[in-house]
Amino acid sequence: MKRHVRPYGDTTGDGMVQMSFTLPVPAGPKADGAARQLANRMGVDPAMVVHSNPIGDDFTFFVVYGSVQHIVDLDEVRVVEREYPLLPPAEVNTTLKKLLRRKLVVVGACIGSDAHTVGIDAILNIKGFAGEKGLEYYRELKVVNLGAQVSVPELVRRARAEKADAVLVSQVVTQRDAHILNIREMSAAFREAMGERRPLLIAGGPRFDPLMAGELGVDRVFGRGTTPGEVAGYLVHAIRTRKTTPPAKIPPAKTAPAKTAPVKSAPVKSAPTKENM
Amino acid sequence: MALLDLDPKVVATARELAARAAEPVVALAKAHTTVAVERATLRLAGITGADSTHRAGDVPWVNRVVDTVREHCGLEHGVVLPVFHALREHGLAGLTDLAEATAAGQVRYRLPTGRDRDRAAKAATAAVTRGLKTVDRNRAQRDKLVARLGDPPRRPWIYLIVATGDIDEDVVQAKNAARAGADVIAVIRSTGQSLLDYVPEGATHHGFAGTYATQENFRIMRAALDDVSAEVGRYVRLTNYASGLCMPEIAVLAGLQRLDMMLNDSMYGILFRDINPVRTFVDQRFSRQVHARAGIIINTGEDNYLTTDDAVDAAHTVTVSQLLNEHFAHEAGLPDALLGLGHAFEIDPKVPESFRLELAHALLARELFPDAPLKWMPPTKHMTGDVFKGYLLDGFFTLAGVLTGQSILLVGMMTEAVVTPFLSDRDLALANVRYVLDAAGGLAEDFRPAPDGLIVKRAHQVLGEAVDLLARIVDDGLLDAIADGTFGLMKRPADGGRGADGVVAKADDYLNPASELLEAR
Repeated sequence: MKRHVRPYGDTTGDGMVQMSFTLPVPAGPKADGAARQLANRMGVDPAMVVHSNPIGDDFTFFVVYGSVQHIVDLDEVRVVEREYPLLPPAEVNTTLKKLLRRKLVVVGACIGSDAHTVGIDAILNIKGFAGEKGLEYYRELKVVNLGAQVSVPELVRRARAEKADAVLVSQVVTQRDAHILNIREMSAAFREAMGERRPLLIAGGPRFDPLMAGELGVDRVFGRGTTPGEVAGYLVHAIRTRKTTPPAKIPPAKTAPAKTAPVKSAPVKSAPTKENM
Repeated sequence: MALLDLDPKVVATARELAARAAEPVVALAKAHTTVAVERATLRLAGITGADSTHRAGDVPWVNRVVDTVREHCGLEHGVVLPVFHALREHGLAGLTDLAEATAAGQVRYRLPTGRDRDRAAKAATAAVTRGLKTVDRNRAQRDKLVARLGDPPRRPWIYLIVATGDIDEDVVQAKNAARAGADVIAVIRSTGQSLLDYVPEGATHHGFAGTYATQENFRIMRAALDDVSAEVGRYVRLTNYASGLCMPEIAVLAGLQRLDMMLNDSMYGILFRDINPVRTFVDQRFSRQVHARAGIIINTGEDNYLTTDDAVDAAHTVTVSQLLNEHFAHEAGLPDALLGLGHAFEIDPKVPESFRLELAHALLARELFPDAPLKWMPPTKHMTGDVFKGYLLDGFFTLAGVLTGQSILLVGMMTEAVVTPFLSDRDLALANVRYVLDAAGGLAEDFRPAPDGLIVKRAHQVLGEAVDLLARIVDDGLLDAIADGTFGLMKRPADGGRGADGVVAKADDYLNPASELLEAR
């Protein structure tokens, strides 16, 4: 593999790309010119506007082909590596079954005054999120969703009663750092009550940084846009690690840059058009 | 146009089994009320607005009143008797005054007896009748507009979703979609609204992956679509979602604001939202009675089973659910013409002959329910982010819909599960649909599956499996079947789930004028 590469159309080094976009400009020669200008500024030169089509009176849709002038230096590519693979649900199930020979118990809740169950429900409910089914869908997971405004002592009590392998806590409200304080209180309570026999602790919410796990005293933190499949993949990874290392020594997750070939990162998923009854 | 040669005896058996499976559930639904049914009744009686001074944010007046009545004298007699008795006793001008007095702690609710009871019942019936008259007027208005502007020129009707989170942006997108050919606009709700035990108030601008269903948002969008209907010369229909914990209230609001279609499934909330089964069946029955009165087409949610279970292996569960939905709908007074039973194009495209299997399933639904406006839903599970492949798959989906005579076609987006559709994604999707309809709109006329071919055999097989499953459900009981994970692989016990504490067994003297007026039809 060469260090410097350009896109490949039909000849090495031709740099050919295709793209499509919409401009808020009425269709016509001026609109086509505007599309060419945008493509030029994106480094596509020469740019061919091969298709333009009005969308209503005020917008125009374009398909543009052209040669992009930029060069990719593979040595400069940095990717964030997930330390575990994403597995299809069937594989999550078979792996867990092999590892545990029983169902893995997941207890989820929104703690403190936070009533925003959107996050925890997106991860746990079978309906799921971004086209992925929630953890309830996995046959080898037993999911107990305690819902909103669960107190920390109640969470510890229920986690113990259910013999939870993992506890998922969602925090949306960030007023006066409530999300950070709540999670710290939660992790301290589990340590105090159960010591090294505590379940895996996982925190999630749109304002968390995945690098905060150590600071919060939890095993893993998931930020904005996390899908159920990522959580399921992590659970398999963590249980496997636990089987081979004593509980207290699970290293908190790291997201380290690595000098590897460009790895396709998970696509940024957002609202599906699937009907949301 | 019977192409599958289904045995009428088997079809009759399937319907009879569905009726028997539903019977105990209908009895259960008749014997209970819920906080949501009582709140919906008060909305029909004229309570609007919310208590904006409450520390938890805006709490709708209907919630304040129903909760307080429940605390003072229970809901087993219905909410209207204590409410209308208190109204007279305190000499208040209207229900909103009563709600304010309730919030201020000035009202002590009690169950009236004797002549007081008769007076309260009469006043409540008059108030609810006024609400139903608004619903009736809206229905007549829809008929008038359809007569004046016309229905879409052809079937299937083109159904498009908008979901920006901001009702004002939704209006812009919806009008553009209508101009580009959409016949039905659905405004997806904010994620998680189904789990709210109240209906938010007012125009809203900050939803999560959707826009809150509120009475004001309904009004704004219907008015916008009335404008654009006049402009494009056909009546553009509006859809929302009567599901979740507030199903009956949303149904009432839809009737009051002239919505035209509502998603309303008998089991979706139980299976996919973990809402208590009894709560769901009680709420569902009332909401369907309201829809029947309002002339609203319901859309059922069978597509969802195929996203969680395998679309080939579980094809018969769709048929079973359609038969159950049909029975529950008929029982609640909905005629076939208002029954938008759902199904979907969700078979893995890697399965050999997947398109022929899709045709078999779609044709089976068509022939089982010849007079129902079936709703045909696009691929979602196997849309991968490869938008080019997705565009082709959506074309095949539309072709299957045309070939099997589907009635309402939810337009597939090539960016399904990738991004919220761009303006251009919607435009391309509509172009895709238009191409198939223009190129092959009449192809059904030439379509005759071979009598012993794969399509016919597969349809017979699915119907057979559906009959077997219905027989098992009759033996086990529908609630137990749901608890065992028969549908969509979800196990939901009858005493579990959200909203169970909002279910109340009716007392012998239970009174609800809305139920009585709706039953009487």
